[in-house]
Amino acid sequence: MLDSKIPSGPLAQKWTDYKGHVKLVNPANKRKLEVIVVGTGLAGASAAASLGELGYKVKAFCFQDSPRRAHSIAAQGGINAAKNYQNDGDSVFRLFYDTVKGGDYRAREANVHRLAEVSVNIIDQCVAQGVPFARDYGGLLNNRSFGGTQVQRTFYAAGQTGQQLLIGAYQAMERQVALGNVQQFTRHEMLDVVIIDGKARGIICRNLVTGELERHFGHAVLLCTGGYGNVFYLSTNAMGSNVTAAWKAHKKGAFFGNPCFTQIHPTCIPVSGDHQSKLTLMSESLRNDGRIWVPKQKGDKRKPNDIPEEERDYYLERRYPAFGNLVPRDVASRAAKERCDAGYGVGTTGQAVYLDFKYNLINKYGKAEANKQGIQNPDLDTLIRLGKEVVKEEYGNLFDMYEKITGENPYEVPMRIYPAVHYTMGGLWVDYELMTTVKGLYALGEANFSDHGANRLGASALMQGLADGYFVIPYTIGNYLADDIATKPIPTDHPAFVAAEKEVADRISTLMNVKGKQTVESFHKRLGKIMWEKCGMARNENGLKEAITEIRELKKEFWSDVRIPGSVNEMNPELDKAGRVADFIELGELMCLDALNRNESCGGHFREESQTEEGEALRNDAGFSYVAAWEFKAEHDWNLHKEELSFEVAKPTQRSYK
Amino acid sequence: MEHYTMNLTLKVWRQQNGNTPGRFETYQVKNISSEMSFLEMIDVLNEEMIREGKDPIAFDHDCREGICGMCSMYIDGRPHGPWQQNTVCQLHMRAYKDGDTIVIEPWRANAFPVIKDLMVDRSSFDRIIQAGGFISVNTGSPVDANAIPVEKNMADAAFAAAACIGCGACVAACKNSSAMLFLSAKVTHLALLPQGHPERRTRAMNMVAQMDKEGFGACTNTGACEAVCPKGISIENIARLNREYLMAGLTSE
Repeated sequence: MLDSKIPSGPLAQKWTDYKGHVKLVNPANKRKLEVIVVGTGLAGASAAASLGELGYKVKAFCFQDSPRRAHSIAAQGGINAAKNYQNDGDSVFRLFYDTVKGGDYRAREANVHRLAEVSVNIIDQCVAQGVPFARDYGGLLNNRSFGGTQVQRTFYAAGQTGQQLLIGAYQAMERQVALGNVQQFTRHEMLDVVIIDGKARGIICRNLVTGELERHFGHAVLLCTGGYGNVFYLSTNAMGSNVTAAWKAHKKGAFFGNPCFTQIHPTCIPVSGDHQSKLTLMSESLRNDGRIWVPKQKGDKRKPNDIPEEERDYYLERRYPAFGNLVPRDVASRAAKERCDAGYGVGTTGQAVYLDFKYNLINKYGKAEANKQGIQNPDLDTLIRLGKEVVKEEYGNLFDMYEKITGENPYEVPMRIYPAVHYTMGGLWVDYELMTTVKGLYALGEANFSDHGANRLGASALMQGLADGYFVIPYTIGNYLADDIATKPIPTDHPAFVAAEKEVADRISTLMNVKGKQTVESFHKRLGKIMWEKCGMARNENGLKEAITEIRELKKEFWSDVRIPGSVNEMNPELDKAGRVADFIELGELMCLDALNRNESCGGHFREESQTEEGEALRNDAGFSYVAAWEFKAEHDWNLHKEELSFEVAKPTQRSYK
Repeated sequence: MEHYTMNLTLKVWRQQNGNTPGRFETYQVKNISSEMSFLEMIDVLNEEMIREGKDPIAFDHDCREGICGMCSMYIDGRPHGPWQQNTVCQLHMRAYKDGDTIVIEPWRANAFPVIKDLMVDRSSFDRIIQAGGFISVNTGSPVDANAIPVEKNMADAAFAAAACIGCGACVAACKNSSAMLFLSAKVTHLALLPQGHPERRTRAMNMVAQMDKEGFGACTNTGACEAVCPKGISIENIARLNREYLMAGLTSE
C-alpha cells in the first residue's frame, strides 16, 4: 500500500534520471496554479521563493510576525556540503554514506543520496544570494568539522549559520513578494487542511491578530512547519514551534513516520530550576575545540579549574578514541547520561558535564598564533591571550550567550552542559517526491521523516531544509501539477471548506468553554515530564506503557479542566497555545506507541532491552529495518504500515566510532 | 554564581488593541529567582494572573536565544533592558535586586503600531526589505561558490552587518523613530559583497524611499540606535548608506 516511488536504476543515477523524465508544467500554466506554503523557515522560505520564481502563485503563511523569525534562524554551527574544498577525501558518496550510517540505517538510501548530490548546489546558491559564510585569507570559503564525520565539510557563518541562511531565503522570498508572485500572511496559523475528492485543496487558518478564521485555496499544499520537539516542553525549539499543522494533516489521512525518533543534543545549557521555559543549545561545533570531561572521583565538589589533569575523565576520548569528542549526537548524549547516572555529574544538580576549551585555546590556537607572530617561548598568559582572540572569532556569540544565561565566563571556566531535546527525525511520511499519503499534500524539511533515519548528523538539518525547498520540490511538484492544469481554483464556499472551518470553530469554542482551573502551561509541563522520563534518552516497555496511560488521563483532564483567558476574536496567545498543547498530547501518545513497537535500539531511540554488553545501541535489522508509518483511525487507535528499507549500497553494520 | 530571590514592582503598559487607549498597570511579583530570564519572570506573573481570572500580558517572543528578533520590550526607558548588546529574552534577573521597580512598555513608533499590550506590528521592516534588500538571483545553477573570492575583511564586515536580527530596538531608541540603522545594515551587507554590486544604486534609493513611506523619521546622528542594538550593529553603516545613497543620486540617469 505504501509506495515510496523510488526511481529505478543505480543509486547515483536515480535523481538525474528522475529529473530527465519528470512531467513539466509550461510557464503559462504555472501562472494558473496556486500553491500554499505553510511555514517560512529554511524549507518554506526557499520553497516559496523558488516556486514564485518559476511562476506559480504562492501563498506563504507563518505564525510569527515576520517570515524571518522562523526557528531555522537559531541553528548555530553550520551546513554540510560535499564540496571537498579541503581536499580531504570528501565526496557525494561519503556524505551519503556518513548520513546513512549516522542515521543508524533507518533512512531511505535514495533520498539521502539525492540530498548529498544537491548539497553542493546549496552552497553555490547561498553565496550567490550574499550569505556571508566564513572565509579564509585567500578569500575562499572556510570549513570545519562536525560530529560523525572525519572530513571538514561544514560551511559556517560564526555561530549564526542558520540566521544567515534563513535571511538569504527570506530575502529571496521577499523579492518574490515585491514581484507579486508570493503573497505573505504573517501571524496566521494553519488549523486544518481541506481535502476535496481525495486531494489537498487548501487550508483553514486563523488570523492570530483578529481571531478570524480564513479559508485559502491551493492546487497543492506544502507543510514546512518544522519539528515537534516541544512535546517535551523543555527543548531547544522556539516557544512557538509546534506540531499542529502536521498533526491536522495526520488526522486527515497523512501517515506519521517514525514519530519516536527524537534527537537529544548533547551540548545544551543545563536546567536551572522549575521556572525554566526553554533550553539553549551550545553548538556542536564547540566539540571541535572543547573537550568533554567529568571528575574521576564520584561527587567531586572542587571547582573545575582546581581539578588536576590526571583526575579528569575525558570519557568520550577514552571510550571512542577514533572519533573522540566528535562522536555523533546520540552517542555523546547517552555517554553523558551514563556518567551522570553513575554519580560523576557536576554542578548543583549533578546533571551536567564539563565542556572545556582551555586545552585547545592554549595548545592549538595560542601556540599557532604565537608561531605566526614569531613569539619564541611564549608564557602561559601570552598563549591564553592569543588563543582567546581566535576562539572569540570562531565562537564569540556562543560564549557570550552562555555567559548571559549562566553568569559564568567560559573563557575562564569550563562550560557546564547536559543533553536536551533538539530535533525530531520523525515526521510526516513522504514518498521520494516529498508527497504525504494525501495527494497534493507535501511535507518538507524537519516536518517530514525522510533523510536522517534514527539520528541526524550535525549541520545536516539546514542542508535538508534547503535541499527540499530549493532543489527538490520545484521538480517534484511539477510532476503532480502537470495533471492539474485544467483544474480551476475551487471557490472557498465549497462544502468541504465550510465543513473544515466549522470543525475548527467548534474545537476552538469547546476549548474556550471548558473554563476549568488549570493553565495551558501547567498541562504542557506535565506532558513534557512524562515524555522526558519515559520516552526520552532511554526507553523501556513498562515505562512506555505507563506513559500511554498517563497521557490518556492527562488528555481527559486537559479537556475538562483547562482555563483559557480572554476571548476568541482578539489576539489571544493562551488560546493559540492551548490548541498546540492539545495536539502535542495526542502526538505524545503516538510517540510512545511507536517507541513501544520498535523493540530495538537505533540512533536516538534507545530501548534498554536492546543494548550491547558495552551499553551501545543494538539494532535488530531482521525485525525492524522498516519505516513505521502510522495511520490515524480514531482516538487512541492507529494502524501501522511498514515501508521496508533495503540497503543496496550502504550495507548495514554495527555502528562503531571507536 | 550566587543565587537569590527578590520581590519586584512592575509597571506594565496594557492596551487592548490598536484602537483603544492604553494605560500603565502595577503588579507585584514575589520570589523571583536571580537565575530566571526576564521573560520567565513575566511567565510567572502571567500564570498567576490566569489563575486569578485576569487577562495575561501579551508580548512577542519566540526563540528565547537572542536570535529571532521577535522579543521587544522597552524596559526602564531602554529597548531590551539594561544589559549591553542584549535582547530581552537573554536578560536575566540577576540584573535586578530585591525591591526594584521596573517599567515595561512596547516599542513606541508610528511605523510600529501596537497590536496588544507589548506587541507591535513590525511588518514595515518586511516591506523595506521587499523594496530592495536582496540580490536578484533565481534558484538554479549559479557559479561555483569559490569562483568569486571575497576579501576576508570585506566578508567579515558584511557578516557583521548581516547579524542584524530586525528587532526594531534601533527605531524604539531613536527620538526620530528612524529606521536608518536597520536599513543601513542591509545595504552594507549587500554592498560589501561582489554579488551585491549590480543592484547597489537602486537598492539604496528604493529602500530609503520605502522607509520614508512607512513613516520612519530621519537620522540626526545621535547614536542611540547603536547604543541599544543587541547585535552591536555599528552606526558606521549609516555613514556608508549615506555614501551609497549620494552616489546613487549623483549617478542616476
